[in-house]
Amino acid sequence: MHSQTLKALSDALAAGDVSSQELTQHFLDRIKQHDPAVNSFITVTEEQALAQAKAADQRRAAGNAAPLTGVPIAHKDIFCTQGIKTSCASKMLDNFIAPYNATVVEKMADAGMVTLGKTNMDEFAMGSSNETSYYGPVKNPWQTEHVPGGSSGGSAAAVAARLTPAATGTDTGGSIRQPASLCGITGLKPTYGRVSRWGMIAFASSLDQGGPMTQTAEDAALLMNAMAGFDPKDSTSTDIEVPDYTASLTQPLDGLRIGLPRQFFEQGLDADVGKVVQEAIAQYEKLGATLVDIELPNTHLSIPAYYVVAPAEASSNLSRFDGVRFGYRCKDPADLEDLYKRSRGEGFGEEVKRRIMIGTYALSAGYYDAYYLKAQKVRRLIKNDFDEAFNNVDVIMGPTAPNAGFKLGEKAADPVSMYLSDIYTISVNMAGLPGISIPAGMSNGLPVGLQIIGNYFDESRLLNVAHRYQQETGWHAQLPAAFA
Amino acid sequence: MSWEVVIGLEVHVQLATQSKIFSGSATTFGAEPNTQAALIDLGMPGVLPVLNADAVTKAIKFGLGIDAEITPRSVFARKNYFYPDLPKGYQISQFELPIVGKGHVDITLEDGSTKRIGVTRAHLEEDAGKSLHEDFQGMTGIDLNRAGTPLLEIVSEPDMRSAKEAVAYAKAIHSLIRYLNISDGNMSQGSMRCDCNVSLRQKGETEFGTRREIKNVNSFRFVEKAINAEIEWQMDELESGRKIQQATVLYDPVKDKTFAMRSKEEANDYRYFPDPDLLPLEVTEQMMNRVRADLPELPGQKIERFMTELELSEYDARVLAADRVLADYFETVVSVSGAKPKLCANWVSVELLGALNKNDQEIDASPVSAAQLGGLLKRIADNTISGKIAKQIFEELWNNGGTADDIIESKGLKQETDTGAIEAIVDQVIADSPDQVAQFLAADDNKRKKLIGYFVGQTMKASKGKANPQMVNQILAKKLV
Repeated sequence: MHSQTLKALSDALAAGDVSSQELTQHFLDRIKQHDPAVNSFITVTEEQALAQAKAADQRRAAGNAAPLTGVPIAHKDIFCTQGIKTSCASKMLDNFIAPYNATVVEKMADAGMVTLGKTNMDEFAMGSSNETSYYGPVKNPWQTEHVPGGSSGGSAAAVAARLTPAATGTDTGGSIRQPASLCGITGLKPTYGRVSRWGMIAFASSLDQGGPMTQTAEDAALLMNAMAGFDPKDSTSTDIEVPDYTASLTQPLDGLRIGLPRQFFEQGLDADVGKVVQEAIAQYEKLGATLVDIELPNTHLSIPAYYVVAPAEASSNLSRFDGVRFGYRCKDPADLEDLYKRSRGEGFGEEVKRRIMIGTYALSAGYYDAYYLKAQKVRRLIKNDFDEAFNNVDVIMGPTAPNAGFKLGEKAADPVSMYLSDIYTISVNMAGLPGISIPAGMSNGLPVGLQIIGNYFDESRLLNVAHRYQQETGWHAQLPAAFA
Repeated sequence: MSWEVVIGLEVHVQLATQSKIFSGSATTFGAEPNTQAALIDLGMPGVLPVLNADAVTKAIKFGLGIDAEITPRSVFARKNYFYPDLPKGYQISQFELPIVGKGHVDITLEDGSTKRIGVTRAHLEEDAGKSLHEDFQGMTGIDLNRAGTPLLEIVSEPDMRSAKEAVAYAKAIHSLIRYLNISDGNMSQGSMRCDCNVSLRQKGETEFGTRREIKNVNSFRFVEKAINAEIEWQMDELESGRKIQQATVLYDPVKDKTFAMRSKEEANDYRYFPDPDLLPLEVTEQMMNRVRADLPELPGQKIERFMTELELSEYDARVLAADRVLADYFETVVSVSGAKPKLCANWVSVELLGALNKNDQEIDASPVSAAQLGGLLKRIADNTISGKIAKQIFEELWNNGGTADDIIESKGLKQETDTGAIEAIVDQVIADSPDQVAQFLAADDNKRKKLIGYFVGQTMKASKGKANPQMVNQILAKKLV
């Protein structure tokens, strides 16, 4: 049952082959049995899940079921869930019970989905290996001494280990796509503004975007149908009609123009990963696509610019965690300054503090023009590169990450090498474009992802391109033997 | 040495919107602490601001009211600093691109001349909450009801040269915001607060001196007193050969002195940057036209009309047009009473304002409504009562309410205009005063003018003030010959 796709489970529920309560219980049992090995959940909401499953079954019996009704899902612990701990994997919010639901959570619940729990992540989504979590690192289900990627590592590992049919993630610089790549699942980062950020605890507001993490592109399309859309509570969400993302999944790819940016295949790319990506691209040629060599000349600036913009916004976004109204408060503060210093000093982890300091520095008087403003200009250049490229191609393809999963602790002491894990994904966030990572092969027993980047609000095409590949190949259906 | 005072004002005005600038919470003053603070106002994790369109409309109104440029694309920025009553750790404000650009306000000086004061800019921002230091035994209470209340911060050019000019400017802004109906301007409730930047330079010097900023002054009287106290202090310093250090100061009304805040409280680098949660604010020509069409008559226009159409003196027109509520009150009195505008102006500016001042009350909460006063003056106009009786009735209206007509009826205050009745009283008075009559008859014309007052007084007294004074005079003049 657990190895089936969300689509197959949805069909089985509709056909009455299985009830939501049976399905939910099955996944709850699997979490109990297997999660200790991967540590992908921070909170499991068993009681609530079973109640939701019961309600979903009743809804189906009443004839009001939607396609997702009764299907279990797990939410990254960055999404506020009413009455349930929402920690952002930080000691700072270890005691925080959210008083409201994120729009994404609300929409999934309205569709009748069952929340299994909240998944582990890098603290405040800051990390590429899921090692910065206050609740301990998540392990890659394929090889548990390896990292699952991050920051949505818990969601990726949970889907890869088939502890949930699907999960939500968020992507600020690659946090959906990179762990999807490392765990061998499908992860879609929608266009900035496509999915509401209301209730999604902000890391870098101009870059953050929620999206689905699933086994297949078809599953992602089903989730996007319920997840996407304008939200009056989020001024940066876009009021553009939401298409039926499943409608165009099977369209043929004849004449599809695929752009291959030279800068994505240069030094720094692992040879195995490069080979996997080339094979995937060859598969697309067989499906009728044509290849176009393109240039994204400012790619090398995306990481430095990102590490100004994202920490700058984060330094401000995380100011509200001050020990005054919610979250961690230090013991016996001597005065206000002591309250601030110790609550934040003790409540935040090292990586979070590092980024707050970088961001505070970048916004300081006298440095603003040289750092923040300059980075914003670079961002414009990166966007222009993509705009230029999309004049000639329909999608852009390349690796999601330069390497397959690395070992736990391998890069923990070297933040810059960790930051380079996101070299191919960050520019997509800087431009606000949609991108998807799909499993395309293996390297030394670890999955490798192919990244497909689309034009603004062209998620339908991304899902179509990914789905066609998944119809021809079986990488997405593989699952780690220990979790079979 | 001869010093020139240079003053610029930053006026914070709370905009009278139904809900907060970035959330749906109510903005009513004086509610129980933290009952008007929802998720967004508390700065909960994951919440996002959504701009209140009415706050934008009100800001544009103000911009049009001071003849300013409205920025077609203004930007909200975050002003970052830590304080317990600032829930997000930053205030959403406007920094580089404010919604209202350069404009001006005309003030009237004591000699009656007018002076134009430049307005540099006005920007939208959110108010902070309140820290309550009393009642918590060494701890601080936080009330976030005020957090997120829309503010318009109006920054003037350093164009004022005395505390009196500063007060005149503050009053002009106060008058304007009430005319535009964008704020109640209630200074005691903090709806309007002034920061005063004061510096001194030698007469003839073109460079500005170093300024100190007096924070949060909350009445016109204190604006004047605080600035004068600051001028005195700076002058002492400069005359003693010391230099002024830029500083933020507070005014202590008890000691009538300004004192510097601890330097720590002002050593902030606010790290302004555009708020990524809000899109740039686009103001279209269409929006501007809509607001323009909705703009009320402004103080200058109203003064002009009062003088030309209602034939009031400039002085009366200025007094009555200074405040929109007062002006509306006056115009209601004119239309209800049908009396001469001059009579109405006297009653409103002397009797009504005098009574309000004496009782420390505002025109908004006047115990006598414009309809009541209009009803009273109507009876002066149609000779039902005399002005003297009217004052008596006004007092009755003030204390016990009701209508002038009811009071006239129930107390029998209707003026006596029946010639026969007045003659009868006059005859009685003459019959009762043989000595005075003899004295009167013996006197020359000049003395008679004085002596007749006695008979008028007696007649009025005997009629309980109801006899028509003109008729009394005429009849006496006839009978005493």
